[in-house]
Amino acid sequence: MSDVTANQSNLRVLGGGIAPRPAPATTVGVVGWLRENLFSSLLNTILTILSLILLYFTVPPIIEWAFLDAFWTSFDYDGNGEIGRNDCRVEVLDADGKAINAVRGACWMFVAERWEQLLFGDFFKDGSLLRPTLAFIGLFIAVAPMLFDQVPGRNVLLLFAVVYPLLAIWLLSGTGIGIYYELVYLGLIVSILPFLFPHMPMREPLTKFARIYPLLAVVLIAASFFVSADGLTLVPGILTSVDTHLWGGLLLTMVIGVVGIVLSLPIGVVLALGRRSHMPAVKLLCVIFIEFIRGVPLITLLFMASNMLPLFFPEGYDFDKLVRALIVVVMFSAAYMAEVIRGGLQAIPKGQYEAADALGLSYWKSMYLIILPQALKIVIPGIVNSFIGLFKDTTLVLIIGLFDILNTAKLALTDAKWIGSVKEAYAFVALVYFIFCFAMSRYSIWLEGKLETGHKR
Amino acid sequence: MKIKLASLVLGAVVGVSAATAASAATLDDVKARGELLCGVSTGVAGFAAKDDSGNWGGVDVDVCKAVAAAVLGDAGKVKYVPTTSKERFTALQSGEVDLLSRVTTWTFSRDVKLGFEFTGVNYYDGQGFMVKKSLGVTSALQLDGATVCVQTGTTTELNLADYFRTNNMTYKAVNVETADESVENYVNNACDVYTTDSSALAAQRSGLADPSAHLVLPEIISKEPLGPLVRHGDNQWGDVVRWSLNAMVIAEEKGVTMANVDEMKGSNDPEIKRLLGSDGDMGAQLGLSADWAYQIVKQVGNYGESFEAHIGVNTPIGLDRGLNQLWTKGGILYAPPMR
Repeated sequence: MSDVTANQSNLRVLGGGIAPRPAPATTVGVVGWLRENLFSSLLNTILTILSLILLYFTVPPIIEWAFLDAFWTSFDYDGNGEIGRNDCRVEVLDADGKAINAVRGACWMFVAERWEQLLFGDFFKDGSLLRPTLAFIGLFIAVAPMLFDQVPGRNVLLLFAVVYPLLAIWLLSGTGIGIYYELVYLGLIVSILPFLFPHMPMREPLTKFARIYPLLAVVLIAASFFVSADGLTLVPGILTSVDTHLWGGLLLTMVIGVVGIVLSLPIGVVLALGRRSHMPAVKLLCVIFIEFIRGVPLITLLFMASNMLPLFFPEGYDFDKLVRALIVVVMFSAAYMAEVIRGGLQAIPKGQYEAADALGLSYWKSMYLIILPQALKIVIPGIVNSFIGLFKDTTLVLIIGLFDILNTAKLALTDAKWIGSVKEAYAFVALVYFIFCFAMSRYSIWLEGKLETGHKR
Repeated sequence: MKIKLASLVLGAVVGVSAATAASAATLDDVKARGELLCGVSTGVAGFAAKDDSGNWGGVDVDVCKAVAAAVLGDAGKVKYVPTTSKERFTALQSGEVDLLSRVTTWTFSRDVKLGFEFTGVNYYDGQGFMVKKSLGVTSALQLDGATVCVQTGTTTELNLADYFRTNNMTYKAVNVETADESVENYVNNACDVYTTDSSALAAQRSGLADPSAHLVLPEIISKEPLGPLVRHGDNQWGDVVRWSLNAMVIAEEKGVTMANVDEMKGSNDPEIKRLLGSDGDMGAQLGLSADWAYQIVKQVGNYGESFEAHIGVNTPIGLDRGLNQLWTKGGILYAPPMR
């Protein structure tokens, strides 16, 4: 206590009667910031001026087009009984001073009239829009506890997240995936539970179940090939069935993107570990898989899955087109993911492996507890890079006749009354892509910061 | 209980022959399924496009509807399978679709080598040129030295080269990948001329800021007969598709329309009687009900009605009938007699 008082009095003595002078006006406030950041040298001054000129020539026309001159609400201005691009035409003077009817600003009516298709494809024709909307909302609820550990009620939400895939399939398709696969999935949930909740009751028998689960799953999947159980399902049959060929727009982009992202990471980890395995057969298989997939463009694989596979199936054995596309997308992104993760594994110093061995940990435990947490942390930027690439690659499914959001927009442009709305369509789709990709990118930066433990290389 | 795996393995062993298996008795397959699987394009204005409520429409789509009306009695029982130009032939070959109706040009190699059967022509197209009116050009022969916007890797590009060489003219090509880009280039004066199939030219012209400032030149420099096609070897199914299209043309020729088809049923004209099933057994010979053509006209309309509804002068696309007029009115549309 007395020390502090002494210090303060000392300060008072040292400060004397001279008050500190404010910093020069040119180094603080707006002027100071400008001087330091924009005009600090001749080169910077030139660059600043050039940028301003560039902005002057690009920003005002874009604002004028997208906002000031734009038509926002659907109204039949030309009175022809339907809403189309012609309703966005206004009288302007052409180069010769002659009055013509031209579209000057953005015709957002196009998006307003087509949003159902852009978001959900043809879904609304058979089912109600409530179902895909609920699936979207459910997705965010399911994903939140996985992305952030501060979410209130995280454990309950995690439980919801594991049930969510089945729920989403039911909401979207109206039917289940067949009793065998539903049982396989439920078994998976039950075997994960004891790991999620270490203090839950009945943990002991559940752990035992988890041990025999893999065998059970294999039996069930094998059974599905031999004994048909058409029509048998666990989900209630109260929703009308919506065929996957009606799915489209953002819904399809999300389905392919999310399934690809969720499945490619674990499969990629397994492939990466396999490629570094000391078991020759496992190593060879992983190397062949990864190199084959990486050696072929996605579009070729999709084309194969869509056109070659049916030639080898017996007539009438219809394998859903969307499922084929999903399998290809997952395989493709898993191969890339494996190489990203392998990069992380190689960055871990040998001492970490040796330390894990010295502790007597088994292979899986040393990977799970020591190696992977460090390796994955290092390659977060690479992983998110792959995710963003995957999300944008989903548009290639057009090659097999599926319409994601970009291709739905392109298809809409061929409707006679909307021909020419190219800029509006692409601007809208670009905005949607940007929102998702930017969110992923920001999340990855946030996660890197959160996991930063001072080992930054 | 059925043994799925056995049939799966068998199918895999038989391999590609499974594809040919799909081509037998398509008519029975469609009837049993109660739905026609129709391959359409992934969007071509006026030929196959989706409206705001998600329904397909267009002259190619009308062919699908006509066949469904003839076979199943309901033009709505069609499942549209959008196919890209790369995928279209395999889709038909593998049995994924029963019929392909997607702006496909009838050529020798597609008909003979690929093993398909074209069942008629539903639109006679051809490559044309669009210029800005301010250029003052009225004929393609005045285009010597022009810069031309053209899509790469298409027959359009080859036709263009041939045409200019034949007429001893020079040009500078601006090559891009997609039609949208071509139009954007053309609008921004990167080229003087834009060339593609004339139906597409008309459609894209309608979407320009001021369509009246642009002119489609009268010269057509290539033959592009577009029509539906089916797998080779299933002649009965081929006949059904061919005569569904012919029925639409004959209906126009005889003045039978969607509106007056009921009253035309009592007509004394023997061909109308045969067409609408009140005389003869044309339907039974095709394996269809007697009123098959009546259903087509009633639900889809005749050829002229379909044309005017989707690409005619009163639509934004605004195509003239031109070659696609009936032979009696100066065009080349000519259906064999129904007798």
